[in-house]
Amino acid sequence: MNNNIVIKVDQLHKVYGSTVAVDAVSFEVRAGEIFGMVGPNGAGKTTTAECLEGLRDPDGGAIQVFGMSPQKDGHALRERIGVQLQTSALQERLKVWEALDLFGSFYPRPVEREQLLEQMGLTEKRDAKFGKLSGGQKQRLFIALALINDPDLVFLDELTTGLDPQARHAMWDMVRGIRDKGKTVFLTTHFMEEAERLCDRVAIIDRGKIVALDSPESLIRRLSADNRVVFTVEGKFDPQPFLQLPNVTRVEPNGEKVVVHGKTNQVVVDVVTMLVSNGYRFRDLRTEQPNLEDVFMALTGHEMMD
Amino acid sequence: MRSLWKMTLVEMKLFLREPAAAFFTLFFPLMVLLIFGSIYGNAPTPFFGGYGSVDVSVPAYTAMIIGSSGLIGLTVAMSMYRERGILRRLRATPLHPLTILSANVIVNFLMTALGMLFLIFVGKMVYGLRFAGDPLSVIAAFTLSSLSFLALGFVLAGVTPTARTAQVLGMVLFYPMLFLSGATVPLEVLPPKMQQYVLVLPMTHVVKLLRGVWIGESWSQHWTEVGVLTAMLVIGVAISAKTFRWE
Repeated sequence: MNNNIVIKVDQLHKVYGSTVAVDAVSFEVRAGEIFGMVGPNGAGKTTTAECLEGLRDPDGGAIQVFGMSPQKDGHALRERIGVQLQTSALQERLKVWEALDLFGSFYPRPVEREQLLEQMGLTEKRDAKFGKLSGGQKQRLFIALALINDPDLVFLDELTTGLDPQARHAMWDMVRGIRDKGKTVFLTTHFMEEAERLCDRVAIIDRGKIVALDSPESLIRRLSADNRVVFTVEGKFDPQPFLQLPNVTRVEPNGEKVVVHGKTNQVVVDVVTMLVSNGYRFRDLRTEQPNLEDVFMALTGHEMMD
Repeated sequence: MRSLWKMTLVEMKLFLREPAAAFFTLFFPLMVLLIFGSIYGNAPTPFFGGYGSVDVSVPAYTAMIIGSSGLIGLTVAMSMYRERGILRRLRATPLHPLTILSANVIVNFLMTALGMLFLIFVGKMVYGLRFAGDPLSVIAAFTLSSLSFLALGFVLAGVTPTARTAQVLGMVLFYPMLFLSGATVPLEVLPPKMQQYVLVLPMTHVVKLLRGVWIGESWSQHWTEVGVLTAMLVIGVAISAKTFRWE
C-alpha cells in the first residue's frame, strides 16, 4: 500500500434492518490532509466513520487504516488514532485533568497533560467537573482526549454541532492546527460551510452514496454556476440594458430587490457601471459566489435538510 | 495494569463524590445499627442463641450493603455509563473492556468491605460487639457473597434497556429482600413457614452464611448457602458476558 494513503475504503456496505446506511462507498484519505465527509443527517457519515474506527462491523467491502483492518486489528489501530465521537459523554463528576490522566493511561506514550490543556484553552478548567463544562468546553476536552496519544490520524464526528458561530470558528482553527502538526484529519459534518472552509478534500454523501469527491474549490468550479449580484434599487427598474451585458445570464427583478446572474467576476463591475451610468439609486449591493451547498443541490436535486 | 490502576482510582473518587452511593453503602447501615442498637442494646439472649441484637445485626447489615451495592449501585452505574455514551468513548481506546468491568467490581467490593468495617468498628466501640468466628472464614464468605451479588448486578445492567429501568428493577428486587431475607428484620422473627419461603431470596443465603461464620459455625453447616451463591456467581458471569452491551 502506498505510504501516502492512510485510509483506503473499497465498496463499504452497511445495512441496519431494511435501511441501507452505507452503499458501496469507496475513497482514499491521504496523509496530512483534512478529509471531510459532508452530507445531511442520516446520510451515512457517522456509520462510515465508526466502521473506520472499528466501532462497527461493515456488512461488506474492505477497509484499511494504516494497512490494518479496524475490525481485526482494532487494538493496535486504536493506539494510533484519536477519536471524537458525535455522541458520547464522561462521568459528570470527573474532573478535566482526571479525564486526561485516565485516558493517557490507556496508551504507551501519552503527551504532556498540562501542555495539552493549554493548547485546548482548558488550563483554567483543569479542576472543573465534566458536568459543569459548557458545550464548547466539553467539545474541546473531547478533542484533547482524541489527541492524548499523539495520534497520526484523528476522527472528528460532527465537531461543531451545537456550538455558536464564534466557538465554531475557534474550533476550525484548532483543526487546522492539528493538520499543521502533520496529522491526518477525517471529519464529518452536515455544515457545508464548514466543509468548504476547513477541508482539503470532501466527499459529498447522500443517502449512503458518495455523489462527489474532490477539493471544495474544484467541486465548485466544476459546477460552473453563476455568480450573483444582489442589490436594492429605488424607483422603477428596467432589466433590459442589464440583459445586454456580455457576462449576464439572467436578471431577476423582485420589487425593489434585484438579482443579476453572471458567469465571471467581471459581472460585478459591469452591473455597478450600468447602475451608475443609468443614474439608478441603489444600496445593499453584495455578491454571492456559488458554494458547496449549490454543488450539493445540483448533484442530488434536493436541499440539505438540517 | 497502569490503566486498571488509574481506572480503579478514578472510579473510587467518583464513588465518593456521589453522595447517594456513599451514603447508602457507608453511612446508612451505621445509622440503622445505632438506631436499633439504642433500642435493643446488645445483651445476650437465648432468642439469638446466646448472642445480642448487635452481634446478629452486624453480619446481617453487611448483607444489606452487599445487596444494595450489587443490585442498585453497580447496576445503575453500568447502565448509566452505557446510556450516556461513556462506554462508547472508552471503546474507542485500546482499553480492554475487562478493565472497565474489573475497576467497577474492585471499587464496589472495596466500598462494601469498608461499609462492613465501619459496622464492625462502631459495633465494637459502642456495643462491645462479640465475634466467635475465624477472620479468614468471614473474609471468604464476604468475598463470595459480594462477588455473586456484583455478578447479579452486571446481569441486570445487561438485560435492562435504560438506566431508569435498571434502577427500578434493582429496587424491585432489593426492597423485598431487605425486609424478608433477615438483613434487617431477623429471620427468627419470621413464622417458621415463612423462614422456608424466604430461602428463594438470594440475600437470605448471604445473611445465613455471614451470620454463621461470624459466630464460628463450620462451613459444613453452610454448604447450601455456598452452593447457591457460587452458582449465582458462575451463572451471573456467564450471562453478563453474553448480555454485555457497549451501547
